[in-house]
Amino acid sequence: MARARKNVTDALLAEKAKMIRRETVKLTDLCGSGHYGSSFSMAELVAALYYEFLHVRPAEPRWPERDRFLLGKGHAAIGLYPVLADLGFFSSEELDSYTRLGSPFGDHPDMTKVKGADFSSGSIGHNLSVALGMALGLRLQGSPARVVCLMGDGEMAEGQIWEAAMAAGNFGLANLIGIVDNNRVGSDGEVARIMDNEPLAEKWQAFKWQVQRIDGHDLPAVCAALDWALNGAAAGPRLIIADTIAGKGVSFMEGTWQWHLGYLGPADRDRALAEIERGLVP
Amino acid sequence: MSGKVYDQQADPALDMAESTVQAGFDPKSWDMVGSLNLSRQLPTGQVLLDLAAAGRADIVVLTADLGRPTQVIQFGQRYPERYFNFGIAERNMIGAAAGLATTGLTPVISNYSFFLALMGLENIRNDICYPNLKVRMVGTHSGIAMGFYGTSHHCNEDIGALRTLANLSLVAPCDANAIRAAIPALIDHPGPVYFRVGRGRETPVYEAPPSFTLGGSNRLREGRHATIFAIGNLVSAALEAHDLLAKEGIELCVVDCYSIRPIDQAAILAAAKEHGILFSAEEHNVTGGFGAAVAEVLAAAGAGARLVRIGMPDAYSVLGPPTHLYRHYGLDGAGVAATVAKALRAG
Repeated sequence: MARARKNVTDALLAEKAKMIRRETVKLTDLCGSGHYGSSFSMAELVAALYYEFLHVRPAEPRWPERDRFLLGKGHAAIGLYPVLADLGFFSSEELDSYTRLGSPFGDHPDMTKVKGADFSSGSIGHNLSVALGMALGLRLQGSPARVVCLMGDGEMAEGQIWEAAMAAGNFGLANLIGIVDNNRVGSDGEVARIMDNEPLAEKWQAFKWQVQRIDGHDLPAVCAALDWALNGAAAGPRLIIADTIAGKGVSFMEGTWQWHLGYLGPADRDRALAEIERGLVP
Repeated sequence: MSGKVYDQQADPALDMAESTVQAGFDPKSWDMVGSLNLSRQLPTGQVLLDLAAAGRADIVVLTADLGRPTQVIQFGQRYPERYFNFGIAERNMIGAAAGLATTGLTPVISNYSFFLALMGLENIRNDICYPNLKVRMVGTHSGIAMGFYGTSHHCNEDIGALRTLANLSLVAPCDANAIRAAIPALIDHPGPVYFRVGRGRETPVYEAPPSFTLGGSNRLREGRHATIFAIGNLVSAALEAHDLLAKEGIELCVVDCYSIRPIDQAAILAAAKEHGILFSAEEHNVTGGFGAAVAEVLAAAGAGARLVRIGMPDAYSVLGPPTHLYRHYGLDGAGVAATVAKALRAG
């Protein structure tokens, strides 16, 4: 049976991606430091996943049949929380406690505290293994659910990723979907200069994954790839390499590694928010 | 109870069909299939098969290319769809166990302790203990059981590392019957559990599955001069020491203190009060290990008793056959008896 899509418009998804960027800027204001670059690079991917594809029930966060979403690049949680709040997993007012003493919402997602967070992360390279365990368990129990793990391209340097990739390919996990947010930067600079991971598609294909490579900010392309990955028939795991731009949506951040982590003073914050409201410049 | 001659008879449940050692071979020859016969005190696979046969369809077993040496292969042969071999990729296996647990299954990891607990420590911490997931880990071949395989295959640090992980229960069943008691007793414990076990060649202690509860201990011998709290291989060594010391007029009370975390504080404090001197015995570095846990109980209560910690020194083990190593480090019956006698005479 075909999995249902919500069939929302690209315009709505673009608005949600805008919201992710806007709320990232606002939340960073609360604590004085934030991962702008990697939140902005994944905005279209997360918007399309949650508003078009994933089967979740905000009123029933642990619904057994739900699709799972794991944020391997946990430092981008600041871009996930506003989506979970907007969907109703918790109120947006709760998010005002972001990073404050005892808050459920820290720099990395915590499954024990945040409704809608399917697993915790923060230690890069762990979540694809957890996702494959979920996929094994769901398949064993005949669940129709999908498990989606969004990773960073810097994360490709972790050896455990390739342990998990090899296992998922060998276990033939058709309910497991990987996405690489290929924004090309990490803490120390450009990924290609720190530890080049190319040719990336060929690596995953060699590990028995089917791979598509897309522009991760092109919403029709993102939706087509997610439809293939989540809803199409396959014998094994699928990977989407989403070529993205770190800091996408704010001109002075785009393509920079310097805004992997940072803080915008009030004047620059307003400048960034104005650019975000104007939307992406192709 | 102690000193039972270890059973060289072939395990009737063992499927020898895949063994290359067939008719015409020397009776002393063994290959990977036959090696399971040498480790009769490691019945994890059979215990899990029994649980599955009793209706536990939620149990899934994970290993990292060590299903035979850690003896869960039997489960995989009977329930291949519930048995996952990850190849030599321990950290991936630990993460997958966490993922499996979130789907309502009960994952049991069976692997060498040095790769599971030492290599996998951060994965165990972040993915299993912090989310408090119902994963069972059986860390085998702990201590210096691997003898001449060398330091990479020794594990004298796992207790020290694991007992700092919040949410984790840590127990050490000392022989096959203790494992037969421990796994069913804790299979439904709401949080993560680590079973620290040996290679399966230990001297048996129990003739039947003993009482096994978190925070409990089993008093195996009475004695009016001192108490020894032992875990693992040192339980049988302490029983042997009991018999040796009896000939010298020393009466040693022997306790199998199988629950390392939580630990049986009442038993430790009662022994301290009764004798003023007590002994801990473990196949682990005395720094940070089981003896350190006993010391913490005594110090926090202001018990004022002397504690003699028997275990591995704060150094990497020399290599050699395990029985030679136990003698070398004073971890066999004679060694334990000598340490106890010397301490009591000095006292």
